Formats: sequence, structure tokens, C-alpha cells
Amino acid sequence: MPKLTINGTEVEVEPGTSIIQAAEMLGIEIPRFCYHDRLSVPANCRMCLVEVKGGPPKPVASCAMACAEGMEVETDSDMVRKARKGVMEFLLINHPLDCPICDQGGECDLQDQAMGYGYDRSRYHENKRAVKDKQLGPLIKTVMTRCIHCTRCVRFGEEIAGVTEMGVLNRGEDVEIGTFVDKVISTELSGNMIDICPVGALTSKPYAFQSRPGELTKTEPFDVHDAVGSNIRVDSRGGEVKRVLPRLHEDINEEWISDKTRFAYDGLLNQRLDKPYVRDAETGRLRQSSWHEALAVAAEAMVNVKANRMCGLVGDLVDVETTVALKDLLKEMGSENHECRVDGAMFDTSERSGYIMNTTIAGIEEADAILLVGTLPRWEASLINARIRKTWVDKKVPVGVIGPEADLTYPYEHLGDSVNALKTLKSGRSDFAKTLKDAEKPMIIIGMGALYRPDGAGIQALAREIADKFGMIKDDWNGFNMLHTAAGRVGALDVGFSGDFDIDKMRLFYLVNVDTEILDFIPKDAFVIYQGHHGDRGAMRADVILPGAAYTEKSSLYVNTEGRVQLSARAVFPPGEAREDWKIIRALSETLDKPLAYNDVFELRERITTEWAHFENIDGIVKPEWSDFGDKEIEVDFDAPLAAAIDNFYMTNVICRASEIMAQCAESFVEDSTEMLREAAE
Amino acid sequence: MFAFDKTVRSFLLSEIVQGLKLTFMYMFTRPRVTINYPYEKGPISPRFRGEHALRRYPNGEERCIACKLCEAICPALAITIEAEPREDGSRRTTRYDIDMTKCIYCGLCQEACPVDAIVEGPNFEYAVETREELYYNKDKLLANGDRWEAQIAANIVADSPYR
Repeated sequence: MPKLTINGTEVEVEPGTSIIQAAEMLGIEIPRFCYHDRLSVPANCRMCLVEVKGGPPKPVASCAMACAEGMEVETDSDMVRKARKGVMEFLLINHPLDCPICDQGGECDLQDQAMGYGYDRSRYHENKRAVKDKQLGPLIKTVMTRCIHCTRCVRFGEEIAGVTEMGVLNRGEDVEIGTFVDKVISTELSGNMIDICPVGALTSKPYAFQSRPGELTKTEPFDVHDAVGSNIRVDSRGGEVKRVLPRLHEDINEEWISDKTRFAYDGLLNQRLDKPYVRDAETGRLRQSSWHEALAVAAEAMVNVKANRMCGLVGDLVDVETTVALKDLLKEMGSENHECRVDGAMFDTSERSGYIMNTTIAGIEEADAILLVGTLPRWEASLINARIRKTWVDKKVPVGVIGPEADLTYPYEHLGDSVNALKTLKSGRSDFAKTLKDAEKPMIIIGMGALYRPDGAGIQALAREIADKFGMIKDDWNGFNMLHTAAGRVGALDVGFSGDFDIDKMRLFYLVNVDTEILDFIPKDAFVIYQGHHGDRGAMRADVILPGAAYTEKSSLYVNTEGRVQLSARAVFPPGEAREDWKIIRALSETLDKPLAYNDVFELRERITTEWAHFENIDGIVKPEWSDFGDKEIEVDFDAPLAAAIDNFYMTNVICRASEIMAQCAESFVEDSTEMLREAAE
Repeated sequence: MFAFDKTVRSFLLSEIVQGLKLTFMYMFTRPRVTINYPYEKGPISPRFRGEHALRRYPNGEERCIACKLCEAICPALAITIEAEPREDGSRRTTRYDIDMTKCIYCGLCQEACPVDAIVEGPNFEYAVETREELYYNKDKLLANGDRWEAQIAANIVADSPYR
């Protein structure tokens, strides 16, 4: 363990730690452009120069110099300041200094550090160089003249996202960052390049010229577009979400988020339900109404239907509070018919260990063999895919895939398309079975693609047997994982919002954010109360529409696919007359004269934690006991191929479908890639 | 001696005579200072901070690039700006409002402006009958700029040696 002094303070660090990391431990900030904690070290910007006494008589790049015993480092001496001023002057030679029209202005590393190390006028009188802008698709706007060639975006593409499309072209004066062949950056993590760009060369296209960082209100909720629960920061101004940025959470998303999380926010402004609607008995059309009328109509319909003919369904984006309130309301009415698996997933929900990601996302890094069954993690949970890639980059972990083949950004062994491959694996004859057997910490991820079928519970049982057989369950390791695609699913399952009832016999449906194909199975003559935030499929079928709040508009509990309970914060208010969802249900219970036993959200949360204690543990995971689940009795169709749960990454829920940016992405990425596949086939 | 002197002066009304001397001097000799306001105006400095205006370049292109520095620095929060890319991709405002009832005429907006777009011009005669007329929008400010451009430009030139 080398011991060194930095600015007179002694510090002992792990061997191999760089000086810049050691300084960070002491809270000493060293300016940098190219160095990034999660990327490799190219040491090409030279901004992090420090003086090392006892070494050669010249400044050294602290990001690339490992700490050694007895080093004496000065980070702010005269020599260092002079060296950094020189570096800054060279960087500014070709930088356009167009800060007033640059979107990075106000949050720009170069701008900040030029305040500290810049000279107030230029000694360079020749022409500045200009670089042609690149077309990188509908998400990233480029002004390549501003680029200082730190290569962070190139390294991000190669190391984190797994696409080698960006690169450095030419040399010297002519050096450029760009794609080798003119094409869009087709990765679902491309938005992160905007964040890591230290200058304004890569900026967000949808957010172009919208706002300055200083005038935005920052709130810290998390994302609901997939079941990962990525931590995000929502920047809003004037009641409008202006942009979404990632927030550091080492155990979930590190500091990355997917493009859907980042850019679907404009869907929050389009097609919103901001007034209650009631279907007019005479014309058969929906008409605007008051809250009083809408609640009265809904209450009358609920009173007129027998309790066992009434059911409640919650969709993908629903929070725990709403689910519990609806469950309580149905119970008051005498009904036990409720269900959250509205996408048709069939699996055993009786045991918690059978439907969460037991290994946890951070746990993936410990795994030494990974089996993916019926899942396309790159689309279903981009950050989990990034974690698997990180593990692969670190230690070349063997990955086996049963299900559809796709580019997952890391190599894998394709074991088959159907459940047959799972059976073969169980028999232990294949090579990958041996890999799993030899592994210390093997894991299986079973996705919704394997469960969207009538025999889902059977496949779940099969996966459980494999987990037991290959030693995936140990005292300190649980390798059984289910990967959900819906943010509200695990929370709803945790509060027991699943059941078994015959949908054809139902006469009244209370839908909260249900916009999936299940709507086609609702009987024609049934009465439908729809509560939600977007005018999508569900609202079209509804007889009464109660406008609710989207995820940025309420403070609520969600549980991600790991079983981690998270409490979000409200960024903006719901539009128009829309209200927070649990309050609508509470108001309806009042109209029904069966008031629920909680008057504010704190009482409601207390009611939740009394029955399900693990909700007290915010941002923690309560690990469930390993127990028996799945249904071995069900006859499994071994030959039917496993389909992917998501066919279009950019169009998975109502918010994305209302988003223009997502529509553009779907057009330029998904259709492009389909076309490319077709061309390749020819 | 002092008491005697004071008594004599007060009996002879010397202070009043002195005061009246000044009065009559101004009455008959000095020029008058009151001006016939609407028809005559006093001189103002090139730095005078009057009604706001948004300027244009000589080719007619508006100067403002929506950097929002004036909005950020405005101590009275009188300026509201919204921006988006114009058709040609350049950064322009879609909304530039100044609430003249909030404005305290400190001149920080024109100090902050990197392109000399927002200026406080020489005009001080814009009294109106309703508050609403004092909520200036972009059209009003650009029209002001067009109307006062010659004088504003002259003022900036006159003041430039001191900047």
C-alpha cells in the first residue's frame, strides 16, 4: 500500500491508484477533461498536470501516473498553475468561444476551468480551424468546432455501450471525432455521450436552446420506463419538464440512463387527460364533465354491479400507493378480483423470490456464468445489459442465450430458440451446462419473453430447477432472476395485487393505466372506468375517464425488478384538473360512502408498511427466503420459440407513444436496423 | 464686540437685503432654467437609461441570440425569454418579454448583453394609461430598436472610449 503526501496531507492508497483518484479521496479537485472514473485513461487533454517532487523536473499527468511510495504531490504550485495555463491557452486556440449560443453554457467544464486558468485575451492571430458538423441522429446535436478531442465519447462507445461507431479520424491539425461511415449512433445509451462531453460539442437535440441550467428546478425522482428504476434528475421550468438527466446510484444505473428514460419526457405534454370525461348515453361519445359528475357516474356503476363481477387492473406505470388504494376499495366493495399482469405474463406470484431479481443489478458483476432465457436485456433493461457488458469486459464472463438472437453488445453462445434448449441444458449434456456447473456464482435471468405464454409458470418452474441443479442457490448467492419490463409490476405483486378470475364474466373494470392488448378481451357490454394520464387505447374504451398523474407529477413508491423500494419526488404538478392517482380512488370511496381509512399519503404509507414491512426499507432490498414456486403440473410447449418481450424499444408505454422524439427515434433507429437486416439477408 | 455687531446687523435687516440681492440678481441677470417641457427638452447623457429596445444588425438580422444572460442578471426578474432553434438552425428567441412595471432601470441587462442587443435607449416618454401596455413583448422591443437605432448607435459610439 503506497503512502504519499498530496499538498502536505498524507494518504495511503491501494496499489495502482492514480494520483487524481488519491487526490479525490482527500477532496482535492484536479481539473480534467479527458479523465472519467468509468472510462479508460488516455491522458490526452493534459489538464490534470501536477508537480511530483522527487520525480523528473516536469509536470506529470495525474490521471495516468500511479501513486508510488513517498511521492510528494503538489496540485496547486506555481509550476502547476503555469503548466495548466499553457494547456488551457492551447485548448482555446481552436475553441470558438461561442458560449452565449452554446447549450453547454453554464454547465461546461471548459468554461468553468477557463475562469480559473484562462488568459483574458488571445495571443493567437491566425484563423481558427472549423470542423464540419456530424449527423448523429435525432438525439445528439453536434457542433464539432467546439470539440477539444478528449475522446470521452469514443471511449464510452467502445467500453460502455459496446458500439465502435465513433472514432478519431486524421491527425494533427485535421483531427476530427466522427463516425467512420456517415451514420447515426445506434445504441440505446447514446444520450450519455451528451453528459460526458466536457464541452458543447455533443448536446441534446430535443433540448436545443430550451433553457439554461440556472433557471431549471431540479428534482430527484427515478424512471418508470423500464423496471430498472434508474435514478434520474428531472429539470423543469414553468411546470414543464425540460430534460431528464441521470443521477448517480452505484447499485442500479451507475451514472448512465437509457435514451428512452432521457428523451421520452416530451410525451408528458402530449395527449394528456386533463379533465374527467363521461360517455354520453345518447350519443355514445365521450364528453367533458366535472369531477363530481364523473365520480358519481363511476360510483353508480360500481354499486349496480355484483361484487364478484367487478375487477381492478393496474398497468405498467402504477405506483404502490394507488395499487393498495384500489385493492382496499375493491375489498370494501367485496371484490377480490385484481390483477397487475395485464401484458399477459403468466407466472407464479406466490413467492417473492420467484419474481424478483435476487442477484441484484450490482451482483451481476460477481457472476461468472450468465444464462439469459427469453429476454433481450438490451431492449428490456438497457442498464442491466450495460452491467452484463461491464462484467464481460472485466472478466469475459460466459453468456448463454435461449431465445431470440440479437446484438447484445457482448459475445454469447446461442443455445436455442425454444424451451427445448432449457431441457437439454437441464440434462447437463451441453458444453454450456458444464460451464454453469463449474462456475462459482452462476446466474439465470428469465425474461418476460418466456412468460408471455400460457405455460409461463411451467417455464418458471423449469428455470427454478435449473437454478437448483447448477448450484445457483448458495448461502451468500442467489442466481435466480426474473427480469420485468414494467416499473409497477414488482410493487403490485408485493402487495398481492394478482389473482385468478374469469375475465369474460366481469361486468365492471376499473383500469388504472391499462393500455395493453388485454383491452381486446374486455366484454363489449362491460362498464369500464379508466384512470390514467394519457389518452391512449384504454381511454378510448372507457365509459368514465378519471385523469391521473404521470410519474413526474407525484411522490410515490415504486419497487424495481430487484425488489428495491424507491420513493420518488414530485417535479411538476399534474395538468389541468388531473389529480394524484390514490387521491382519486380515495375520493371515489367517499362518493361510494365507504371512505378508505387514510386521509393523506403518510397515513396511506403507514397502512402499507403495517401490512408489508419491507416498504419501510426505502432504497434497500429485503432478500426473500428461497422457496418453492412455479407450476410443474403445467404442460410446457417445448417447441414453440421464445419471442422477445419488446419489439420496439422506443414504443413501450403510453408516455413513449405520445412522445415525438421517441417516434423520430423509432423511425431512424428501428426501421433503419430492420432495413439493414433485410439488406444483409439479401 | 460680536454681540454688538450681530445686533446692528439684525436691526439693519442685512440678511434680508443679502437674500433679496440674490433674488433680484437671478430675476434680471441669469438665464431662466425652467423649460417649456413638451416642446423643449433638457440634455441627457449618452449613458441615460430609458426605455428598452432590441437592436438589429444593419442587414436587418436581429442581434439577440437568446443567451439569457440578461434574464439571469436581472435583479427585478423583469425579463422572460423562451428560445428554440429557428428554421435555419440558429439560436433565436421565440419570446422576449420585459415587464416594465418590475424593471428598476439598473442597466445590468445591457451590461450583460454580449452582442449589444438589449439596450436602454434615450427615450423616457412612454407613459401609458394601463399596466398592460407596460408589459413589453419582442415586437414592441424590436420596434423600439428600429425607431431609436440612430440615436442608440450614436450613444454607444459616444460612450465607447470609457468602456
